[in-house]
Amino acid sequence: MSKHTLSVLVENKHGVLARVAALVARRGFNIDSLAVGPTEHPDVSRMTIVVNVDEHPLEQVTKQLNKLVNVIKIVELEPSATVQRELLLVKVKADSTTRGQVLETVQLFRAKVVDVTPDAVTIEATGSPEKLEAMLRVLEPFGVRELVQSGMVAIGRGSRSITDRTLRPVPVPVPSPNQQAAPPRTAVPSPPHHPVPAPPPGHRAAAPARRA
Amino acid sequence: MSEQLTGAQALIRALEHAGVDTVFGIPGGAILPAYDPMLDSTQIRHILVRHEQGAGHAAQGYAAASGKTGVCMATSGPGATNLVTPIADAYMDSVPIVAITGQVPSAAIGTDAFQEADIRGITMPITKHNFLVNNPNEIAEVVAEAFHIAGTGRPGPVLVDVTKDAMQAKVDFRWPTELTLPGYRPVTRPHPKQVREAAKLIVAASRPVLYVGGGVIRAGAHAELRQLAELLRIPVVTTLMARGAFPDTHELHFGMPGMHGSVSAVGALQRSDLLVSLGARFDDRVTGKLDSFAPEAKIIHADIDPAEIGKNRAADVPIVGDCREVIADLIQALQQEIGAGPKPEYDAWRNQLESVRAKYPLGYDEPDDGSLSPQYVIQRIGQTAGPDAIYTAGVGQHQMWAAHFLPFEKPGHWINSGGLGTMGYGLPAAMGAKVAKPEATVWAIDGDGCFQMTNQELVTCALEGIPIKVAVINNQSLGMVRQWQTLFYDQRYSNTDLHSAQIPDFAKLAEAMGGVGLRCSDRDSVDATIEKAMAVTDAPVVVDFVVHRDAMVWPMVAAGTSNDDIQIARDMAPEWDNEVL
Repeated sequence: MSKHTLSVLVENKHGVLARVAALVARRGFNIDSLAVGPTEHPDVSRMTIVVNVDEHPLEQVTKQLNKLVNVIKIVELEPSATVQRELLLVKVKADSTTRGQVLETVQLFRAKVVDVTPDAVTIEATGSPEKLEAMLRVLEPFGVRELVQSGMVAIGRGSRSITDRTLRPVPVPVPSPNQQAAPPRTAVPSPPHHPVPAPPPGHRAAAPARRA
Repeated sequence: MSEQLTGAQALIRALEHAGVDTVFGIPGGAILPAYDPMLDSTQIRHILVRHEQGAGHAAQGYAAASGKTGVCMATSGPGATNLVTPIADAYMDSVPIVAITGQVPSAAIGTDAFQEADIRGITMPITKHNFLVNNPNEIAEVVAEAFHIAGTGRPGPVLVDVTKDAMQAKVDFRWPTELTLPGYRPVTRPHPKQVREAAKLIVAASRPVLYVGGGVIRAGAHAELRQLAELLRIPVVTTLMARGAFPDTHELHFGMPGMHGSVSAVGALQRSDLLVSLGARFDDRVTGKLDSFAPEAKIIHADIDPAEIGKNRAADVPIVGDCREVIADLIQALQQEIGAGPKPEYDAWRNQLESVRAKYPLGYDEPDDGSLSPQYVIQRIGQTAGPDAIYTAGVGQHQMWAAHFLPFEKPGHWINSGGLGTMGYGLPAAMGAKVAKPEATVWAIDGDGCFQMTNQELVTCALEGIPIKVAVINNQSLGMVRQWQTLFYDQRYSNTDLHSAQIPDFAKLAEAMGGVGLRCSDRDSVDATIEKAMAVTDAPVVVDFVVHRDAMVWPMVAAGTSNDDIQIARDMAPEWDNEVL
């Protein structure tokens, strides 16, 4: 088992998150983290999904995700060629005796204090999962009162974009033209020619009692 | 160009534009607005079924028989949830259907309103795609998308849930000229390099088999398949879903593989050195224990759904594409290969398989107690109605006997529930098939258990003039379950006895429902009874064939065991060693 980061471009439509999450769950995979948000294109959202699976099942879940009509593209992001970030907010006990040490930790990890009370500070930190883990290890002895963490978001390094070439509209033919038998009518539907659609040949109006 | 309609009128108009001529359904509160303009449609025939499950299976039968997309309609809540089984069935067997359901008004969604069910959420895992429409202006576009998605690529069910207020609002009707589906681009053209690789493997193989699945039928690729098989005279096996894709009487046909497959078909797969899988998905009912399935075979796996390739068995040459195009390209590639080198001969392999086929033909023993054998009944129906009739089946023993003993020569004449295994599928599917092909004789081969799950649609058939024929293979029990209890549960028959020799009286039931009821329990009157049933053309007919209760389906590969352990009868295995396969 190994961690894989999937970047999934989806249509920005109602219910897409449910489709993706449910599919991953019902095919028997656990999501380590999932983050979803808007992209530079208003019709497209981007999900970053971290899963812990082997290579073969990963391929299977990717193919299954690709079958979802609202999923536009899936790219696996290699950690070495990717910037990966998580956001952490943590409330740590800090009174006048310990506040100095806590603030030192904040500086060491280039985090920020976003709220202070006489007995606690709230710290905001972003970074790779490893960095945040390391910071938490240092903060733990002071007493973590509350902690919230975002899913990981990730983007490839370099100038290329995974949204390149994916968003060109693809003209899809409407259901075959010869099937469109009904000529467009001009006004409100005309009164019925017959109240009940014509039955096929051999139709009996009702079912009389019958003996074999 | 647009015109003002209500959302409901737009819905019906959109269905007409999509080419719909038949809708199976039942009205109810939330879908009521749509039923009003339905009355005015001269194009759409609505068939009022007696249970929504019947509507769904009828739409499936209609789709399978016609090749078009079937349509069923139901109201919100219980109406919609009653469609769940047929939708799941269509998903497993890749049947193109569109299900239209009414939904409570958008303001009431999420309030546990009367007859509210989140049918879009419920059907997410069992539809190819589904929609909740609460904007009346989207109705036409969504219907167009639904039919496009259902009928293209790997076909499947699509559900369109429309809120009542959307149907009541006024809209400008516009049938779309193009669809925006950026995430839906099914690959139909196979990659030429993969096809060339496949051709090379085939020419290099010494024991190749064409393992043909339902995809060949969905793709309409039977003519190409025949050409491919005959080009190099490669043995063919057809799965349960592919019966009829290749003629049973063809010398290259070695039967149906699987848990109840013929020895020659199972043996062909097990001993092969190259499986050319065409529109098949290595289902567990075919492979048996996966790690001992076709152990020496390389795999060419062609399927329109990339997710099927490598799902159960790794493919040496994966080909994503429509079966018809894949096979056509493969024929060309093979002709090039043959032109460049010697033509491969598989004579020895074919001879081996032929001897297995001759030694272990499908067959059955007549019951000792003089009762009627179910296989004989099914065989006689097939011989009387012939390969031009359409046959549907429920699920269980009768289904397997039907798959073995009916004459399958053409695609689209065998309609059954393979993946989901839905008991009760046969009768409503026959109804749908008969509506699609009114001139064809349609026989539902049903079991007494299956028949009692969906027989209410006989009333629909009687009233709507859909004269199907139903053979109830009445062994007074849930036969397949009983067979397993006989074999694996020490003959402890827990809850499989249906007592249906006495109750119900199927013939009387048929009469009460406006059909013709017949009964037959001895071999001598089988032919006369079938003739009598064939002679009725203006009403549905039910024949209660009271058969031996302990007839079993053979051959059998017990669940979870290897295909190599196939038994031709109880405790009787084929003598593989002597076959030098």
